[in-house]
Amino acid sequence: MIAVRDLGVSRGGMPVLAGVQFALSSGEALVLRGPNGIGKTTLLRTLARLQPPLCGEILGDVDDIAYAAHADGLKLTLTVDENLAFWARVFGGGDPEAAIRAFDLASLRDRPAGGLSAGQKRRLSLARLMVTGRRLWILDEPTVSLDAASVQLFASTIRSHLAAGGAAIMATHIDLGIEGRVLDLAPFKAKLPAFDADDAGGFL
Amino acid sequence: MIALLVRDLRLAFRAGGGFGLGLAFFLIVTVMVPFSVGPNSDTLSLIAPGILWLGALLACLLSLDRLLALDWEDGSLDLLATAPLPLEGVLSIKALAHWLTTGLPLVLAAPVLGVLLNLPAGGYLWITLSLLIGTPALSVVGTFGAALTVGLKRGGLLLSLLVMPLYVPTLIFGAEVARRGASGMSVETPLLMLAGITLGTIALLPFASAAVLRVNLR
Repeated sequence: MIAVRDLGVSRGGMPVLAGVQFALSSGEALVLRGPNGIGKTTLLRTLARLQPPLCGEILGDVDDIAYAAHADGLKLTLTVDENLAFWARVFGGGDPEAAIRAFDLASLRDRPAGGLSAGQKRRLSLARLMVTGRRLWILDEPTVSLDAASVQLFASTIRSHLAAGGAAIMATHIDLGIEGRVLDLAPFKAKLPAFDADDAGGFL
Repeated sequence: MIALLVRDLRLAFRAGGGFGLGLAFFLIVTVMVPFSVGPNSDTLSLIAPGILWLGALLACLLSLDRLLALDWEDGSLDLLATAPLPLEGVLSIKALAHWLTTGLPLVLAAPVLGVLLNLPAGGYLWITLSLLIGTPALSVVGTFGAALTVGLKRGGLLLSLLVMPLYVPTLIFGAEVARRGASGMSVETPLLMLAGITLGTIALLPFASAAVLRVNLR
């Protein structure tokens, strides 16, 4: 579904990762691990084609991808229903009812998103993925501010998405209990050009 | 596309959405001018078309920094950029929503406020028509400016400075249509120039806006 060959990504003009390789077919999940600042978000944004890669290539159809960022991307003055219905219409994909059931949002549907707690907003933002109808989910820290029960809801949603032939790439530090490969990004850290002390000497 | 337009309009009309901000500013400017210039009705009717145009332009400018910044702050701009809509289309719709919530109310309010400025009787048609033709260009150019400054915190000042020179042709020809109309002269040339500028910006600028927004989202 997506394959990445010798990919290098940069943040703010500085290379952060180099030589990343993996391939993912339908029904598989890939979990990205690595310390803070290693470039997980940058890699995910590159995979979602929000920024161009520094080198290497990404194979796969961009129209398969649904991206969920750190930010929830909700409109606080719109209700839960209106938020979901908007994305369902934009993507022309799934059924908002199924998403509302899957993330247990039925009792909140007429509340404005601004009145939700952080965890409830997160659930709504994850429910958005279901209405996109896209096969490859790219998730950046999807479980932030979720409680244990909501993490289980999310894990079972991912499982049924994978069972239905979807795929997911996520950056997360907690164990969701999903069979998936883990890609540790630490070995792909880009080597910065050596700092030349003599050159900098005249400068300091 | 329609879904995005409906969402933007709905957001504008909800609490805190900013609908009426430009209109209130326009009202304040035109109401205050007679106080500052003095009640001499000859002076007022002379400057009325220019004041109405300047007020509309500044009111439009005031609402520009909300145009994309709100979507950028809450992350929905990233999501829209990965959605199946072309970014050019997204920005055209955003400009249209901005015009419907800011430009169109100004067009409708201008003849009413013209009374306060003692606008000559022949001028009402032309001030309304010139604003109707000119304000879409203000929204489209403003969207370009908003796309340029979207990543910047408190980018409002830079946005105003960037957009201001781009507004000058519209202001010149728009105010000229209104001035000539008010004094009973032929308006054909400035009206055609005004319409040409508006059509040109609508046709070309969304592509430039989308290109700079892609760079800014990196």
